[in-house]
Amino acid sequence: MANDDRPLSPFYHYKPQLTSLLSFAHRLSGIALSVSAVGLVYWLLLLAEGPQALQRLEILATVPGQIVLAGVSLAFFYHLNNGIRHLFWDLGMGFELTRTYLTGWLVLVATLLMWVVFWAAVTDLPASLL
Amino acid sequence: MRLRTLLDKVVGPDSAQKGTGHWWRQRLTAIALVPLGLWFMISLAAAGDLGYGSTVAWLARPLNAVLLSAFVLTLLYHSKLGVQVVIEDYVSSPRLQAGGLWSSLFIHLLLAMAGVIAILRISVGGL
Repeated sequence: MANDDRPLSPFYHYKPQLTSLLSFAHRLSGIALSVSAVGLVYWLLLLAEGPQALQRLEILATVPGQIVLAGVSLAFFYHLNNGIRHLFWDLGMGFELTRTYLTGWLVLVATLLMWVVFWAAVTDLPASLL
Repeated sequence: MRLRTLLDKVVGPDSAQKGTGHWWRQRLTAIALVPLGLWFMISLAAAGDLGYGSTVAWLARPLNAVLLSAFVLTLLYHSKLGVQVVIEDYVSSPRLQAGGLWSSLFIHLLLAMAGVIAILRISVGGL
């Protein structure tokens, strides 16, 4: 017989919190970066093949291509910053609840900052790929 | 202080499986990827132009070729370890899990070979 009073697994009723969202985003950005590694190697192979082959990256200069590059770089900076946060945890530092929230916000601010600075420096970069 | 169990002394290294080695390698590659990743992004940002000529000229410098190889290999190793955890966590069927792990390993090995050969070709061969 089904009993509706049984406690639910935390997975079903935990409210989304900054800490859990960041943890989820770390894994998600990691997967995205693993997929992007194929693109990085593909770029190197095209470079090795010659200038004509590099034309195949034309698509990166289009709007969808730019959005993908923007997303990949955002995932990169986020995974880097939150990875450093993880390394501090591995040293046993920053486990207090206030600290995890503080470093969480710090990671978000640093990520956004690095992302904006990066794209301010490379506005012409996708077009120059060709 | 020794944290190893008596059983471990009898049967050999590691815990029940290979958790410690995996964890440690993930951290080592993570630490290496902090400077390498920052170097890569700063190089991209500083390049200004990623056209064929300037990128090949940049990779013709041995230090850049060495650092880029280190970056590509380290990130692929780190990626292999990360994807492995994701597959182990979410794929419950033992058969699919094994298939996923093997596929991931071969894809990562293939990418590593392709990356290194491409970098060598650009920096040493193709000029």
